[in-house]
Amino acid sequence: MIEVGTQLEEMVFYLDRALLKAYADASGDQNPIHQNEEFALSVGLPNVIAHGMLTMALAGKYISDFAGGSAKVLEFGARFTKPVIVPAGEKVDLTVSAVVTDVADGKASLTLSATSAGVKVLGMAKAVVQI
Amino acid sequence: MLSPDSVGRTFAGTESITVSQSEIDAFCAVIGETDTTVAPPTFSIRITLDQSQSLLSNPEIGLDWTRVVHGDQKFDIKRPIKAGDTFTCSSTIESARVAAGNEIVTVRSDLFSGTELVVSTWSTLVVRA
Repeated sequence: MIEVGTQLEEMVFYLDRALLKAYADASGDQNPIHQNEEFALSVGLPNVIAHGMLTMALAGKYISDFAGGSAKVLEFGARFTKPVIVPAGEKVDLTVSAVVTDVADGKASLTLSATSAGVKVLGMAKAVVQI
Repeated sequence: MLSPDSVGRTFAGTESITVSQSEIDAFCAVIGETDTTVAPPTFSIRITLDQSQSLLSNPEIGLDWTRVVHGDQKFDIKRPIKAGDTFTCSSTIESARVAAGNEIVTVRSDLFSGTELVVSTWSTLVVRA
């Protein structure tokens, strides 16, 4: 039973440089800050960072799984508060959870939490799904 | 700086973009989605990012894309995207303001299949000073 206040089970995704390359190819966003460490450092970043939209795509998968498929996701929005930092040779976590904030008219609203290495990476992350 | 009279203007694309199954498959593979019959919820960024950038790169608009950082993103999905869908994109600069020396510009992009609005997206772009 989905009701207001229901806490959804946490899910952990893992990101590495290979996933960033795969997302760059799948999305068409080839910005070098997501692939080239030397370039990322040259523009003042701490290391290569994941595409904000990759973080959002993975959180979108979490929402789809809850809703019972991609087709049931009606709205999804988020703010990119901090980057997900992806050092070479490492797998970093993206930990996603959510709480149900509204249920009405066959729809459920969710507020999501998304962190990497304990740091909040998405803010104001909200979705509406068909239930 | 963004030209003030750009705010509220809609730039309609004329190019048609057809979504292929292999594009959906590649996007699904990255996020571990095994159901590839429809596109994942954020798939439309593959079309709108490129389209809005090309529609809003006109020098008279005054948006410096080389200094843009993505601030936030929202999707309103009227129906899921499937392989074979053909879209045109139109982009509207909904608002622009300056905060701490950075310009904050909100761009809405709408994907139409013929006259059917399929997805609206809002991107807040932070143009670093």
